[in-house]
Amino acid sequence: MQISVAWLRSYINPAISTEELVEQLTMAGLEIGSVEPAAAQFSGVVVGEVVAMQQHPDADRLRVCQVAVGAAEPLQIVCGASNVRVGLKIPAALCGAVLPGDFKIKKSKLRGEESFGMLCSEKELGLAADAHGLMELADDAPVGVDIRDYLSLDDVIIEVDLTPNRADCLCVEGLAREVAVLNKMDWSTTQVNNAPISHQDVLTVSVADTAACPRYLGRLINGVNAKAVTPLWMQERLRRSGLRSLGPLVDVTNYVLIELGQPLHVFDAQKLSGGITVRRAKADESLTLLNNQVIQLDTEALVIADDQQALALAGIMGGSNTAVNDETQSVFLECAFFAPEAIAGKARRFGLHTDSSHRFERGVDATLQTRAIERATQLIIDIAGGSVGPITEVTTDATLPQRPAVFLRRLRIEKTLGIVLADEQILDIFQRLGMTAQTQADGWHIVPPGFRFDIVIEADLIEEIARVYGYNNLPSSSLLMRSELSRATEAVLDIDRVKDLLVDRGYQEAITYSFVDEEIQKAIAPEMEVIRLKNPISSELAVMRTTLWCGLLKAALYNTNRQQNRVRLFETGLRFFKKDGETQQQKMLAGLVLGGAYSEQWGLQARKVDFFDIKADLQALFVLTGCEVQFLSAQQSALHPGQAAEILSSDGDSIGWLGMLHPTLEKQLGFDTPFFSSKWIRI
Amino acid sequence: MSATLEEILAQALQELATVNDLNQLDKVRVHYLGKKGLFTLQMKELGGLDPEQRRSVGQIINQAKDQFQQQLEACKERLETVALATRLAGERIDVTLPGRGQSVAGLHPVTTTLRRISKIFASVGFKVVDGPEIEDDYHNFEALNIPAHHPARAMHDTFYFDAHTVLRTHTSPVQIRVMESEQPPLKVIAPGRVYRCDSDITHTPMFHQVEGFLVDTDVSFADLKGVVYEFLRAFFEKDIQVRFRPSYFPFTEPSAEVDIECVMCNGEGCRVCSQTGWLEVMGCGMIHPEVFKAVNIDSERYSGFAFGMGVERLAMLRYGINDLRLFFENDLKFLEQFN
Repeated sequence: MQISVAWLRSYINPAISTEELVEQLTMAGLEIGSVEPAAAQFSGVVVGEVVAMQQHPDADRLRVCQVAVGAAEPLQIVCGASNVRVGLKIPAALCGAVLPGDFKIKKSKLRGEESFGMLCSEKELGLAADAHGLMELADDAPVGVDIRDYLSLDDVIIEVDLTPNRADCLCVEGLAREVAVLNKMDWSTTQVNNAPISHQDVLTVSVADTAACPRYLGRLINGVNAKAVTPLWMQERLRRSGLRSLGPLVDVTNYVLIELGQPLHVFDAQKLSGGITVRRAKADESLTLLNNQVIQLDTEALVIADDQQALALAGIMGGSNTAVNDETQSVFLECAFFAPEAIAGKARRFGLHTDSSHRFERGVDATLQTRAIERATQLIIDIAGGSVGPITEVTTDATLPQRPAVFLRRLRIEKTLGIVLADEQILDIFQRLGMTAQTQADGWHIVPPGFRFDIVIEADLIEEIARVYGYNNLPSSSLLMRSELSRATEAVLDIDRVKDLLVDRGYQEAITYSFVDEEIQKAIAPEMEVIRLKNPISSELAVMRTTLWCGLLKAALYNTNRQQNRVRLFETGLRFFKKDGETQQQKMLAGLVLGGAYSEQWGLQARKVDFFDIKADLQALFVLTGCEVQFLSAQQSALHPGQAAEILSSDGDSIGWLGMLHPTLEKQLGFDTPFFSSKWIRI
Repeated sequence: MSATLEEILAQALQELATVNDLNQLDKVRVHYLGKKGLFTLQMKELGGLDPEQRRSVGQIINQAKDQFQQQLEACKERLETVALATRLAGERIDVTLPGRGQSVAGLHPVTTTLRRISKIFASVGFKVVDGPEIEDDYHNFEALNIPAHHPARAMHDTFYFDAHTVLRTHTSPVQIRVMESEQPPLKVIAPGRVYRCDSDITHTPMFHQVEGFLVDTDVSFADLKGVVYEFLRAFFEKDIQVRFRPSYFPFTEPSAEVDIECVMCNGEGCRVCSQTGWLEVMGCGMIHPEVFKAVNIDSERYSGFAFGMGVERLAMLRYGINDLRLFFENDLKFLEQFN
């Protein structure tokens, strides 16, 4: 989750640098992935006001403006933007300013008129990818103030990489709470006042699936101005959280999502017919989402519907039919708690992942809805006006998440963490974390707060103590472990010895993928039934290898294509095949040799490797095992019939094969020199 | 001395002077001292003389013979010396030339890393255990406290064969298998191949992990910290800085991620550690009670810790390899660097 540090500090401001804050959060389990400045580097830009404006005598598109910048006299600045007008407050870059991209502002002449600066758009200040005209500041922006101070641009955006168990930190309030705990500062959530009711219109709400939706709140806000401009401070905070401004109504819902962690939704009330129902979808229903994707619903999908149709995928995404736009005059504001089980997996099913589904899946505080809807209501009427109706609430106490107390035993803390902590210290930690603790003789009953879905068992509480105390402050011990003496079994040959022998005899160990190209697999072992992956990473890695030869051949080819004319490889690993319907995973050892019998050297006449060179290597290997083996001529589809041997144990069991690759395969696979392959089972 | 004897001696000495090899020398010896040798014949002629003459002539012939023989010996010695020198020079070899035969090749760097890890843990009594790579989702997820639809499942991009059969996404299933069949105390490491449906510059669809776990009475987080510190110091062969950070795994609680001070820049900050000075190398934690429940081990009586590490990651840090994909291309030029 991306968040502005300035926004966070407006809630809680410990006397530590941003660097220290980042380190602190990371060491408390909230890993900070990246730290970026909120705005590009620039200087010399102040709040300016256009006090006078004239058409440029020589250019239709340009205006000559007199801009107050807090100096004795206003500056003359020529501007070509379409929205420039007298009284407008805008960012004015003065002479000597350096804009992003190292763009220096100097005194200049535009079509004969002098210009002592430049009026700026968001794009020129690096605040947006593109812009239409000048960046319009609020009417009360103080002229002459450095724009970086006015917009709090000397801010830093941090990316918090949260683990799935810390959904409570998917909002500014949650992070502020953590910071307060870690810095031992007193902190509490801000009060939200109930908006005064000025009309009695309501929509009926019925919840068909109360297990999936234990709490649903909604209210009508009439007479809103959907064209109102979202205040800059909100736009900036949203921008720094990676969200674009989409109009005041959606902006408010996004703002409260990031601020409190509660997803909300606004429906255009005039597009609704009848009351609202929270139900499972019907088998043949479909829904066009906000992103214009049409999804076919099924009976497992949870939807928000009116009397006629499904309107939204509950907790995930709204539908386009009832979305708000510039013409919206009244909204239905929804604020609900959906059970994680009802949302988990559903978004993914439809290929969706939204800020809303992310939070519901992990658990939203089920006690937060009233506060959140009032907060959103207040923001909406402040920005877009409107009259507020009463809240309709459907709550089923029985299905709300039960937060049973968890008992934490004092002795268990010592046993698990290896340290004894004072009772006061433990109580302090839990109190700051928002957990009420009731002291007993041998421990505490701790009630986890609504925003901590991850506190379920004693170990979870112990982790909280460890985390806040500091993992690196906990002791570490040299383990006095009871050990069993190893048996040093003589009869079993260590695979390491086998590998070492092959290495000594000039074989390089390779490790190839266990999944292979079906074409190569079929060519080498056409008679084997392959085990197929349902979601291979590519078509060349789609089936499990029934023989290690597939990977070795590919590795050999890779090397011969790079001017290696001598390749000696071996590999150990599993092969996979079906026997009597059962999947078998068998440990194998295989090798491949091509090229000269020896590397080119002065002391030996060069000659190609032959069957008996490799047989010698295998014989050396079998000597290690102490087993007598026989090499008998046999047929194998991948091998040259005249140079193929099956290796049999003294009991007549087939242990493996050694032979020259069949010339047909040699050609098919793209080799131009004959070579040998061998495979055998670990004994 | 008679004229002929003088002539014979002179000729003999002259012949000796021109002899070049031992064969030739021998021919000369025979010519003069053999059965039909010239000196021998001279000696034979002594029979026709009277006793007084026989003695004095005989003496003269012997003197000549002796002179000849002395020269012969000297010549022989000279020739033998030359022959030896010639042989020695002729048999001279260039000892700096390479030896003949097969050169020793090498193990794959993943194998050497695995061997080192196993060796370190074996030295304190951990035994090495294997597990299947095609797993059922019970052992890979459910028994490890990762139910269906859990957000953590989404983090494991899993290869699957059918609804319940997958390629294992971590080596943790081996924990379950061992605990299902054996009673504590347990001290096990389980190295092996794992699979995730992910392929880009820092991910390959197959890689290696080593899982480790220890279950006994009275095992604490302090024990886990101790083992991890000691392992990392042993593996990197120096007293590197190690830190533990709270994290989350469904199968451990408390959970931690372990960072080491970046080995590339010694904690100063560089590209490899994204300027943080720290590198994440392991995940670990105390085994979750739900996991013990799944394998019928009493979590009141027993406790334990588990840890997991990515082998390629450790190998990359240890050997300075900068691209994960190199491990599976099996380019001889890459592999041979580790021989």
